[in-house]
Amino acid sequence: MSIVELAEEEAVRRGVQITAIHLRLGALSGVVKEALLASYEMACDDSPLKGSRLVVEDVPVIIFCPSCQMQRPISSIQLFCCAECGTPTSEILQGKEIEVVALEIEECQSPV
Amino acid sequence: MPEPRLVEVRKNVLKQNDLAARALREQFRAAGVFVVSLVSSPGSGKTAFLEQTLTLLRRDYRVAALVGDLATENDAVRLARSQAPVKQITTGTLCHLEAAMVQNALQKWDLSDLDFLFIENVGNLVCPSSYDLGENLRLVLISVTEGEDKPLKYPTIFNSADVAVVTKMDLASAVEFDWQAAYGNIQAVRPGMQVLKLSAKTGDGMQEYFDFLKGQLEELRVGAAS
Repeated sequence: MSIVELAEEEAVRRGVQITAIHLRLGALSGVVKEALLASYEMACDDSPLKGSRLVVEDVPVIIFCPSCQMQRPISSIQLFCCAECGTPTSEILQGKEIEVVALEIEECQSPV
Repeated sequence: MPEPRLVEVRKNVLKQNDLAARALREQFRAAGVFVVSLVSSPGSGKTAFLEQTLTLLRRDYRVAALVGDLATENDAVRLARSQAPVKQITTGTLCHLEAAMVQNALQKWDLSDLDFLFIENVGNLVCPSSYDLGENLRLVLISVTEGEDKPLKYPTIFNSADVAVVTKMDLASAVEFDWQAAYGNIQAVRPGMQVLKLSAKTGDGMQEYFDFLKGQLEELRVGAAS
């Protein structure tokens, strides 16, 4: 819901029509992409965003590996270890995002 | 027909909640209260655990609780038996607590009168993981009857927690609970997390848990004084 509200605010502020929302969704965000997409249409009903698309970019978990001293992916969401060397770590650098990154817009007709 | 254009926005969808949580955290810090939120699946024994916590801890500390539930006030009624101040947050159809609800519920409370505040979230291992409530410590409960693989099924909530508590240990042998497997699974999704085991019913392990909480409060107060 707040995704739609956030986009609406931007649309009003810029005086534009939004045709799509680009969203980054982390694997640790706690949000399921399929459920989000299914509810998006409903959330847009009765709003200026009706008919717009939600484009979701999956963001994988990236950790800092204390052994490699580098950013690495994890083995799996069930195993928080460096995918390269297997060192366990809880230092998460990426993967919790629920972020609106961009909007596809069309300029509104001039009011006059 | 105008050409569609892409504009960069970069806005965190949960920003409103994060701002409210930050305000809460500041309020808690100023009051010197240590705030624990409890998350677990429905039926893991959060309320029984919290009732025992409030009853026993209030002998030495000033404690209070907020309890989130979809529809009933049963939990608040149960917790009130502890004699500690308890307030229900009825979420209606919402499956988790949000920081603004906690702010609302706390409006008339003087937090500086408290040592510990417990916030019992709605029984749900999915959505509460995304919502910061400004708490000092997020405690995830798993009962022995749920099976050892709960952490693997819900890695996000276990990963967002600070400490895990395995409850209903009095039933462990009856359900052939494999402690090593459960501990290993918790460590797989959240390496290094402390895991406590106890039974709120028999009281086994409760003292270790209280010692842990007392240590956390002391750390908070020492940190605030320095």
